[in-house]
Amino acid sequence: MSELRAQLREWREAVDKRLPPWWSRALAGLLIVIGIVLPFLFSSSSAFMNATIIAVAYAVMSLGLNIVVGFAGLLDLGYVAFYALGAYSLGWFGSGFFFKAQIHALVSPVASTLPGVHLNFILILIAAALICAAAGMVIGLPTLRLRGDYIAIVTLAFGEIIVTLAINGQSVHVGGGMTLTAGNLGISAVDSPYFPGIGSFNLLNLRPWYWLIFAILLVVVFVNLRLRDSRLGRAWIALREDEVAAVSMGIPVVRTKLLAYAIGAAFGGMAGAFFGTYYTVVNAGQFQFGFSIFILAMVIIGGLGSIWGAVVGGLALGYINNYLIPDVLNTIPAKLGFNFQLTAVEFGIFGFLLVVMMVLRPQGLIPERRRRLELTAEIAAEDAQLVETQGPAGGPT
Amino acid sequence: MSSTETPTPPAPPAAAVSVLRAERVTKMFGGLVAVNDVSFDVPLHSIVSLIGPNGAGKTTLFNMLTGLYRPTEGRILLGERDITHLRPDIITKHGVARTFQNIRLFGAMSAVENVMVGHHARMRAGLFGSIFRPPWVRREERETRERARELLSYVGLREPVFDRLASQLPYGDQRRVEIARALASQPRLLLLDEPTAGMNPQESRALTEFMRAMRDDLKLTILLIEHDMKVVMGVSERVTVLDYGKKIAEGAPAEVRANPAVIEAYLGKQES
Repeated sequence: MSELRAQLREWREAVDKRLPPWWSRALAGLLIVIGIVLPFLFSSSSAFMNATIIAVAYAVMSLGLNIVVGFAGLLDLGYVAFYALGAYSLGWFGSGFFFKAQIHALVSPVASTLPGVHLNFILILIAAALICAAAGMVIGLPTLRLRGDYIAIVTLAFGEIIVTLAINGQSVHVGGGMTLTAGNLGISAVDSPYFPGIGSFNLLNLRPWYWLIFAILLVVVFVNLRLRDSRLGRAWIALREDEVAAVSMGIPVVRTKLLAYAIGAAFGGMAGAFFGTYYTVVNAGQFQFGFSIFILAMVIIGGLGSIWGAVVGGLALGYINNYLIPDVLNTIPAKLGFNFQLTAVEFGIFGFLLVVMMVLRPQGLIPERRRRLELTAEIAAEDAQLVETQGPAGGPT
Repeated sequence: MSSTETPTPPAPPAAAVSVLRAERVTKMFGGLVAVNDVSFDVPLHSIVSLIGPNGAGKTTLFNMLTGLYRPTEGRILLGERDITHLRPDIITKHGVARTFQNIRLFGAMSAVENVMVGHHARMRAGLFGSIFRPPWVRREERETRERARELLSYVGLREPVFDRLASQLPYGDQRRVEIARALASQPRLLLLDEPTAGMNPQESRALTEFMRAMRDDLKLTILLIEHDMKVVMGVSERVTVLDYGKKIAEGAPAEVRANPAVIEAYLGKQES
């Protein structure tokens, strides 16, 4: 077993050495091109396109949570709150929900004649990011003195507060007969994204939606990569590794942690705003505690702290949840003679997948570079120890 | 203190100027008095040792000097500045760096990255600088990385070690990385908490030499906690002795060694 590992490692190092230094850039470019042309390979309103769009949005959320949990090491179990706030930003600023207001900015000719607040989707995206960043700091403040499990409990409670607020917001009057949310009825008739020269998006053609969320993903990945290899990224990881040592090296705890919460939340809010317009309704029922866990599972399956891991984890669970289980494998139990659909047991399937992952590959699908170093170095040390204990003459030759 | 406004002040008599001064510092944890009314000075450009039996309050005092604990009473002055109630990261910015008794490196980061974190307080890149990476941020990153490598060489590590994870390094190398990390914050005052713990006599002797070299090369003042009396007597110009949280003796190494109270604290009272 250890010989096999050593062999694999040798091959990998050999491959790494032969590749030119620009190969990672070339690979990234290739992936982006594939990402852009992907929709042409599928029907523009197919279930697969739909699943792809949702999966990419999940990847954006997963990247946001990865900053908080993966980089800064702050276990956040209330991430659904930012999905909700992002979606409500869309509901508030991109529909007739606040019907007494007459605010329009860069929206389609149809929307600009309607009552309510109608902002361009990009403006809403920025608003959602800012609102969530502020909310992220609010939730961060009470956790600053806490560690580990206690942070998890506070964030969990915060998530529940936001969800409860969403449900009961229909009784919160903000004046003029308008309420804060529409509860379980949902804010409907939200605007579709509109861009001058392109027109409004519609759900008969999913390609523009895909390109929009893909563009958001690229921006978020870019920001993640830049942050990881920066003064701020190092400060997050230092705090995660040893808070006392980190502050003694001059890292301001409060500001650094709050920045992690704010940036992580902002990405969640952007994905939330996208879901708001894509699902065409902002309904309090969409925001369940289970969703926080679902996003966390993406981060962990991908590899805690790994940017590409978060992307792959988000895409993988997105496809499994929205394509593989409901569209491809759903009828398998029936074919085997059982009287249920596979979607009825999807949480069981996710649980099973998590257990399998944790047993076979606890570091995640694409582990963080640093963790990978740690793990391979451990294996190397084990090998060295084996050789030592067996002695040069002890092993079969 | 005497020289004030001249652009090139004449070097003041070293003994007269203190870098760090603790004034009647007390720390209580509930009913336990960990540090009791301790005052002492660390003269500029000196090497001062803090010694005492286990549990005497040495590390607690260190933690107050670096801002990790707030003193219950008393003041701490860094030069002229009162740092008693400042946050640890601000104190680091003002020029105090430390190492830890049980090494506290960032295990998942490479040796170079650890040292780069040490430079944090001297860097300016914020959120947007980190994302957009304008030329000055690139330069800052490059210079920080180069400096980190220089510091690692300075503390005696070799190239192949630089990019290895801190947690994978042998114990002695980890100690060196910790010192390099502390130096990266460009301190005026360096606090070393039992730097020779776990070292053999040769290594201890080498470190003693190195402390003097650091002091002279980098214009540092060094305060160290130490149990190895050979090191203490060999390196320090002044020694402060704590026992049960109280300062029981202070002075030149030879004086302290002959002090009956110190002998009693270490060996127990002589019955006769």
